[in-house]
Amino acid sequence: MEQKFIDLFKETLEIEDREVALTDTFRDYDEWDSLALLSVIAMIDEEYDVIIESNEFQKLQTVGDIHNYITAHSN
Amino acid sequence: MALLQFNNVGITGMSAAVPKNIIDNYQYTEHFDEATVKDIVDKVGIKERRFTDAKTTSSDLCYAAAEKLLTDMNIDRQEIDLLVFISQTPDYRMPATSVLLQDRLGLSKHTAAFDLTLGCSAFVYGLTVVYGLMQTGGFRKALLLDGETRSKVYSPKDRKTAFLFGDGGVAAIIENNEKFGPSYFSLNSDGSKESYIKIEAGGYRNPSTPETLTEKVVDEHGNMRTDEHGYMQGADVFNFVLLEIPSDIKKLLKFAGTTMDELNYFVFHQANSYMNSYLAKKLKIDADKAPSSIEHFGNTSSVSIPLTIVTQMKSKLQGHNKVLLSGFGVGMSWATSVLNFEDCFISDLVEV
Repeated sequence: MEQKFIDLFKETLEIEDREVALTDTFRDYDEWDSLALLSVIAMIDEEYDVIIESNEFQKLQTVGDIHNYITAHSN
Repeated sequence: MALLQFNNVGITGMSAAVPKNIIDNYQYTEHFDEATVKDIVDKVGIKERRFTDAKTTSSDLCYAAAEKLLTDMNIDRQEIDLLVFISQTPDYRMPATSVLLQDRLGLSKHTAAFDLTLGCSAFVYGLTVVYGLMQTGGFRKALLLDGETRSKVYSPKDRKTAFLFGDGGVAAIIENNEKFGPSYFSLNSDGSKESYIKIEAGGYRNPSTPETLTEKVVDEHGNMRTDEHGYMQGADVFNFVLLEIPSDIKKLLKFAGTTMDELNYFVFHQANSYMNSYLAKKLKIDADKAPSSIEHFGNTSSVSIPLTIVTQMKSKLQGHNKVLLSGFGVGMSWATSVLNFEDCFISDLVEV
C-alpha cells in the first residue's frame, strides 16, 4: 500500500532520477508547483476516490502526510 | 432543487465571432522564460487564443456573430421578441449592453432585452431563462447573445491565469417547435466558494482607487497583478469540478430519464485541456463524443460551450442529436442541460 502510493506519486511528478521516501518534504522538490498539485489531486481522485480540499492539502508537508490522509479518508 | 423541464423549445441556429488577432501561447514570453511557458502551455493544452484590440468589446463580437446569423438564416428582425445578452465584461456599468444591442441590430423597440451576469455557467443558465420565457408562447423568436473579452481581465504577469483566457462572442436563435421535444436543466450555486475565482476591486464593495490599480507581487512565485485583475485558485477549482460536476450530470440524467449511452455529444465548458481530459476520463466519455476547442481559443468563460459547438460541431448537428451541456466556474456556479438538436443551422466562424 505504501510502496504503491510512493510509485504513483513518483510517476505523477515524473521523478526518475532518485528514490522518494515517505519522510520527504514534497514541497521542497524542484518538481513541485501548482501544476504538479493538479496532477496529484487527479491521481488521488482516480486511484483512491479521495478528494483533498486545498485548505486541507496546505497542512500536508511530507509524502507520508498525503498517504496518511488518503488512508484516513478512503472507504 | 433546481431541476427543470421545458417542452418543444430549441436552438435553430448558432454563430460565433472571434478577433482576428491570434496569440501564439508558446511565444507569449514577454514576462516568463520560454521553458516556464512551455511547461504551462503543454499542461493546459492551449496553443493559441484570440485577443481583441483595446477598443473592441464583447458586444462588438456578439454584434458581428448576430449579423452573420440573422443574414444567413434570413430572419425577419421584427420577429425577435426577446434578446438576452450574457457577459461579465459588458460595455458599461449602465445601461445594460442588451439594450444597446437591440438598437444596433435594428430590432423592434418592443423587444424584451436584459443582461445576465454569470461566468462559465452562464450559457446554460441563459438557455434556461430563454427556454422558460419561450415556453409561455408570448415570444416568436429569441436571440441569445454571449460575449467575453477575458483577455482584459487577467494579468499577463500572473502565470496562474496568463495563458488561459481568450475572447469571443456567439449568437443563438431559439424558437418553439414540436420537433424539439423535452429539454432538461439543472442549476446550482455555491457562494461560499466566492474566493476561488474573483476580481476583488472595481465594483461597489471595493471601489476603484489608485491603490486597487497598483500592481503588486501576490505570492512566493513572484506573480504580479492588481486588485482589479481577476485571479483564480486553480487547485480549488479543480477540486470543485471533481466534486460537483459528475454528480450533477448523474442527477440530471436521472431526472431526464436517460443514460450516458443515449447522448450523442457532451459539450463541457472549456477550462483547460488537462481538466477537461480528466473530467471526460472520470465520466468514461470517449474523446470523439466530447468536442474540444480549447487548443485554438483557450478559456472564453461562458462563450466556450457555444464556441465549441459552432467551431467543432457544424457537420455533426445535422438530423437528431441529444446533447449534454455542462458549464461550471466563477461563483461558484454550475449548470447542466440535456437538449435535442434538430438540424441546427451553424454559420461559418466570423473573424473581426
